[in-house]
Amino acid sequence: MITIPYLTALTTYFSYGLLFAFGQFRDFFRNIFDWWHASNLEGYAPICLGLEDFYIRRLYLRIQDCFGRPIASAPDAWFDVVERYSNDNNKTLKRTDKISRCLNLGSYNYLGFAAADEYCTPRVIDSLCRFSASTCSTRVEGGTTTLHKELEECVANFVGKPAAVVFGMGYVTNSAILPVIIGRGGLIISDSLNHNSIVNGARGSGATIRVFQHNTPSHLEKVLREQIADGQPRTHRPWKKIIVVVEGIYSMEGELCKLPEIIAICKKYKAYVYLDEAHSIGAVGKTGRGVCELLGVDTADVDIMMGTFTKSFGSCGGYIAGSKELIQYLKYTCPAHLYATSISPPAAQQIISSIKVILGEDGSSRGAQKLARIRENSNFFRSELQKMGFEVLGDNDSPIMPIMLYNPAKIPAFSRECLKQNVAVVTVAFPATPLLLARARICISASHTKEDLLKALEVISQVGDMVGIKYFPAEPKKQQQDQQQPQPGKDTIKLD
Amino acid sequence: MLSEPPVLESAAGPHTIINGKEVVNFASANYLGFVGHDKLLESCTSALEKYGVGSCGPRGFYGTIDVHLDCEARIANFLGTHDSILYSYGLSTLFSAIPCFCKKGDIIVVDEGVHWGIQNGLYLSRSTIVYFKHNDMDSLEKTLEKITALNKRAKKLRRYIVVESVYQNSGQIAPLDKIIKLKEKYRFRVLLDETNSFGVLGRTGRGLTEYCGVPIEKIDIVTAAMGHALATEGGFCTGSARVIDHQRLSSSGYVFSASLPPYLASAAITAIDILQQNPDLTSKLKENIAILWKGLSDIRGLSIASNPESPIVFLVLEKSTGSMKSDLQLLEDIADRALKQESIFVMASKRSTLDKCPLPVGIRLFVSSAHSEFDLLKACESLKRVAAAMLR
Repeated sequence: MITIPYLTALTTYFSYGLLFAFGQFRDFFRNIFDWWHASNLEGYAPICLGLEDFYIRRLYLRIQDCFGRPIASAPDAWFDVVERYSNDNNKTLKRTDKISRCLNLGSYNYLGFAAADEYCTPRVIDSLCRFSASTCSTRVEGGTTTLHKELEECVANFVGKPAAVVFGMGYVTNSAILPVIIGRGGLIISDSLNHNSIVNGARGSGATIRVFQHNTPSHLEKVLREQIADGQPRTHRPWKKIIVVVEGIYSMEGELCKLPEIIAICKKYKAYVYLDEAHSIGAVGKTGRGVCELLGVDTADVDIMMGTFTKSFGSCGGYIAGSKELIQYLKYTCPAHLYATSISPPAAQQIISSIKVILGEDGSSRGAQKLARIRENSNFFRSELQKMGFEVLGDNDSPIMPIMLYNPAKIPAFSRECLKQNVAVVTVAFPATPLLLARARICISASHTKEDLLKALEVISQVGDMVGIKYFPAEPKKQQQDQQQPQPGKDTIKLD
Repeated sequence: MLSEPPVLESAAGPHTIINGKEVVNFASANYLGFVGHDKLLESCTSALEKYGVGSCGPRGFYGTIDVHLDCEARIANFLGTHDSILYSYGLSTLFSAIPCFCKKGDIIVVDEGVHWGIQNGLYLSRSTIVYFKHNDMDSLEKTLEKITALNKRAKKLRRYIVVESVYQNSGQIAPLDKIIKLKEKYRFRVLLDETNSFGVLGRTGRGLTEYCGVPIEKIDIVTAAMGHALATEGGFCTGSARVIDHQRLSSSGYVFSASLPPYLASAAITAIDILQQNPDLTSKLKENIAILWKGLSDIRGLSIASNPESPIVFLVLEKSTGSMKSDLQLLEDIADRALKQESIFVMASKRSTLDKCPLPVGIRLFVSSAHSEFDLLKACESLKRVAAAMLR
């Protein structure tokens, strides 16, 4: 839960109201202007009606230069951001040839495999020459190579399940698996802050969807009891199947899921658990095996484990791990396996090599060093930020830390000021977060050194003072361990 | 449950190695023979050394690399449109683009033989969907009349026609000029999926619009997956500026997903460069298709269901055994035997349980411009032998 002071809430509402009013005003003038000029699409309804793209035209375009910044090098700890300029008040942005070297606090590069790596890259180039960049075919036709088989065994081993199947894109993994394993007459209970791919997959399946409050096992139990007692919507017959979908680390909050309690509840009521480890696989846990290892949960208790390779392994694609029967069934029915081109062979080799490095099978201890470094870096950074008085979300050991901004004007201010001092941060606003809760999200990587982190802290502190986001008083000398939010005072309101 | 698919031990070019034996490969959609091409491997290697493998972020958060922007500009340049947008997976291109523009209450008229990606996109968009008979222009006209008559007063209703240029489930080619005439008469917008015709049809490989002589501005949205002719992964969508800009913020497969790995984008740029410099690749492909067609037109027990100019040659059973499952089993046995005894690698088309397409299953051969005449004639002879042995 996030507590927001009254004054901040008031000013945020006021700012959005002002932007909305201005937007409507300009739209009104534009309608009059358009009425004078006929368009050549007579008889066709406009492709974007009325208010559908109001947010884009009037709010987003003003701060468009804070998003979608192109880079000209690998997304490592330091990278080259391409400078852009605009002649027409941010409506279109043009690239220049100038680049500025910035500290990267935005890319998902948890273990530092993003740039060319000494163990992985020669093997990747090897497999490129052997198998070429693509197999041009689906997995069930000509697209299964020896690399794909090796990859699936490797992943199943790493995650701790009997079998696994790999797809070429993480988003499609969720959207194409949920319709296959559950259909009409089933129930999906998902966390309120689940990722868009899960929401899409759940909608595409045709099952009934219910939402429980974010990370609150007691509310989950309440919803389960209600739904089991009620049965299916109109016939009141018992549900055919109940699946509870949660994520390992939530990407906008940085929180870990309360997995042991949720699994206990699901066992009691006989529901299946689907765990999406997109951000946590490879990044947390003593040997990098994800949330299950960190929280001490047996992998046999989680029925379906899903994850992606984009974040910790520096590649692309997603996987599903489960029992042998489940994976066999998926291989014969899942549309993403039957119709989509198989994962590119060099990307597959990158995953295999990075798993070997993490497990130490390449003969060095780089994997263990990386895992220890990311843990140290995240904990150090988070505690320093909290000492400075920023409102930082997330649990200990999680490499994602959102810093609350709230006010819409602070979003571009924070982003641009940091860029001027050569630190690249990511700011997130509506619609990825609720309207009032805009934030800047920092992703720590194992390739950040102590100097990089100190420089980042200095710059963020300076910009934070300038922009005014140190909502809590700074605590210079006190030791703060394992922070939840400080107790709300009398003049704050709670928001969920 | 059926057997595992064959495992390749080398690149999926016109010849590949399965179980230690070299076979002629007709199961990879490698139309222009770019798999294993030197220039492509070179550009991929330099991109891998410079950028690593993955792009580590979605397009909005430092996942946009300059090769992505170059690739989008190159595709738009090649096709003659204003702009294009890259997706990181071929299948997700259409099922993200359709819900972006079609919302609840809109009407979409679609061919009944479209592939699963389109079906899923239509389902997610929650619009009213009307199917017309596969590649039948009269059925399309009747459907459009009926819809226009029912909805005379709705001014804000958006209406779309969705077709594929070369259907993956049957190999037919859509008659685009007739569709454009109908579209202008009844005021619908057209969404065209050019996955199997980009780089193949038309004099210079620009796709169905060049083949039918239609200017590309008349098509509202064109999409394609790059996993076929261009031998990389991913997909793109192109159209007018308004269409593309809208997708950059509201298309879920673009905004909420990591971007395409940079080495694949640079492979796409190189592939288009090679295609533009060597227009004889498309003519070689056309010759190969003609040779294969002539050789297979008198095969016993199977008939060719696809268009003579399509790069997918689709063989269906002349006499179906009654159920799709047993048809599929028979076709898979034929394909299996062709692989084991004759060293020709073909596959029967598979169907997922979620797929609602009513067209019959068959054996699909993907022709490539890198196949030699000897390969094609050998394939014809082998398939005739196997079909004669298995189908009596």
